[in-house]
Amino acid sequence: MIELAKEPSGRQKRHRIRVNESFCKGCGYCIEFCPRHVFERTEEINDRGVSPPRVARPEDCLGCELCARLCPDLAVSVEEEKE
Amino acid sequence: MGNANNNHPHGRTLRVDRLPHIWCQGCGLGIILHCYAEALEETGMDLDRVVTISGIGCAGRTSGYVNTDGFHTTHGRALPFATGVGIAKPDLKPVVISGDGDLFSIGGNHLIHAARRNVDVLVICSNNFNYGMTGAQFGPTTPSGIRTPTSPYGNIENPFNLVALVAAAGATYVSRWTVYHAQMLKNSMKRGLEKRGFSFIEVISPCTTGYGRLNRMSPVDMMRALRDFGKIKKVPPTEATIDPTREMVLGEFVDVEKPTYNDVFSSLYGKAGAS
Amino acid sequence: MSDILTGTHFVHGDWACAEGAIAAGCRFYAAYPITPATEIAERLASRLPEVGGRFIQFEDELGAIASVLGASYAGLKAMTATSGPGISLMLENIGLAVMTEAPCVIVNVMRGGPSTGQPTAGAQGDVMQCRWGTHGDVEIIALAPESVQEMFDLTIEAFNLSEEYRVPVFLLPDANIGHLYERLDIPEKNKVRTMNRKKPIVKPDKYKPFEADGSLVPPMACFGEGYKFYATGLTHDENGYPDMTTEGQDRLVRRLCDKIRRNADRIQRVEEYMVEDCDLLVVAYGITARSAMSAVRQARAEGIKAGLFRLITLWPFPDKKLEELAGRVKAVVVAEMNYGQLVREVERAVRPTRVTFLPKIGDEPPRPDEILTEMRRALYG
Repeated sequence: MIELAKEPSGRQKRHRIRVNESFCKGCGYCIEFCPRHVFERTEEINDRGVSPPRVARPEDCLGCELCARLCPDLAVSVEEEKE
Repeated sequence: MGNANNNHPHGRTLRVDRLPHIWCQGCGLGIILHCYAEALEETGMDLDRVVTISGIGCAGRTSGYVNTDGFHTTHGRALPFATGVGIAKPDLKPVVISGDGDLFSIGGNHLIHAARRNVDVLVICSNNFNYGMTGAQFGPTTPSGIRTPTSPYGNIENPFNLVALVAAAGATYVSRWTVYHAQMLKNSMKRGLEKRGFSFIEVISPCTTGYGRLNRMSPVDMMRALRDFGKIKKVPPTEATIDPTREMVLGEFVDVEKPTYNDVFSSLYGKAGAS
Repeated sequence: MSDILTGTHFVHGDWACAEGAIAAGCRFYAAYPITPATEIAERLASRLPEVGGRFIQFEDELGAIASVLGASYAGLKAMTATSGPGISLMLENIGLAVMTEAPCVIVNVMRGGPSTGQPTAGAQGDVMQCRWGTHGDVEIIALAPESVQEMFDLTIEAFNLSEEYRVPVFLLPDANIGHLYERLDIPEKNKVRTMNRKKPIVKPDKYKPFEADGSLVPPMACFGEGYKFYATGLTHDENGYPDMTTEGQDRLVRRLCDKIRRNADRIQRVEEYMVEDCDLLVVAYGITARSAMSAVRQARAEGIKAGLFRLITLWPFPDKKLEELAGRVKAVVVAEMNYGQLVREVERAVRPTRVTFLPKIGDEPPRPDEILTEMRRALYG
């Protein structure tokens, strides 16, 4: 069981994940390789002919940024939410 | 021109006005571009010193997205152009980003001589096992037997081992990663940017619409292969074998110090009695 | 060690060319050895370290010319020298030099062709190659020295033209001139006129690398100056970014060519000898022009009103000047050390005036008496 990163106060770090749908080409790497399955496929096709992923479970995000790193379109960004 | 866009996380190192890029869905070049941008930022080096040079092919388009001085040469001639840049102005750091065909087919001769001379340049070679831009014909790294539009009965040639080749030619830093191993790739790029001498990084990268389609692999299939077949090993360059269907040995294989072409050339000034 | 060896020397053409380059401010040379241009490389290999320049012997001519472009874009005056086979290898990057407007000088010490031909024999067989060899619509500048002195002087001129117009400039001696020993007078440093490329006056964030004013020549920033510009061999817009539109192609090709065509009058240099009242005009260049000069003098002594039009600039071809003259003469004689190259340009310019052609194929330049015979035939039949 992976321990989610915790702040000194014991509260979990939260992350905001953004997908730039005007850059995404729908390769699916973020969906496939996120260790916490934060992303999901969608069936909708946007006007660029692409099905961008949906950020389904941002609360499970570890902040590893593998999604951002593997995104070929520089479409994914992960930011720690500042309380 | 040279106008850093402070609203974008990579606005300093990328020409964000030119994004989204032209590469295909799932193409590894976007990952390489991202790693390169971060490597440039994290080294803290003076970006005015960097000249990003590329040849012809999909990888050759990389220089157009980078916010440094850049030049897009003719096919195979990125390295001699970079050699001219680095020798003319030794303070500049030329970086060549190009593909396996541009660097090892038409450009192969220049590659081995630049390594032999230990010219101070970082070469990032995107190896996708085919000639992507012209439609997935076989190239010098395509495994034997693979069917491509110009090898319809299966490739009858044998592929290079780029790591072994470049190390034998005299490079002072040689590594191989895949785009899946992006963190390690970025660190290698930082090493190459900061190190003086001929540095070579082979990056195994998926060509999703070319090689991938020919071999009936989806983008995700290709990335899974990079993750599963990539094996980090500390071995001599000749043992850094590569078979994209079984095992690709990854890691840093050469990291030595040797005088560069410029170092030695500068010593001629004393001999010649230059004022 | 001085960069300008002021004084009188007795040297060969290749040596003079190398010294001309240094005097012009050339500080980067890359080449691959080839007869009869190797001596230029050998002279510069020892001289460039003396003057703080850079030298590299490349693995082939393709690499040599590519590195010359790199050095030019890094801010140095750069040159390579070769012969016909080497130019053949360099043609693609010559196109890149035109497309990216990289100042550079390319010396072709012409030898017998085609192919390997006669490596030690002089010829004038590459005069079309430098102009038309690369693909697409291009304009270049080419100069033809006729003496060792001109090997020095015209090399400097070549650098100045390449800097002013941001275009590759060819120097086209033949092997005879390259290896001929003659007197060379090198002037005082302050008598040598050099030109440098126009630099941008705007800040980097306003700089458009391929935007030009009425001169059609864009100011040139170089690598490392903080401009972070991009240049490509693809058709591009003023920002240097690829432009695949029809309008973009039309605009760029016209500017690159008009840059030279519209300034042709200022670029062209010819030598006119006794043309004011001549009935018969001899057109020649390079070593052939020396025989032609002798033939013209002999003709005058015979009572023939002959004149010599010596092309110093081969490209852009001085057709307007020739056209003017041709209207006043009865016949034109062209002599070349080839089987018919620039004569075609002459024919085009002087139509409908009759042109007689004396080809000289092989190492020996046409003799004055051979040219004189042709001149008599042209006048009297």
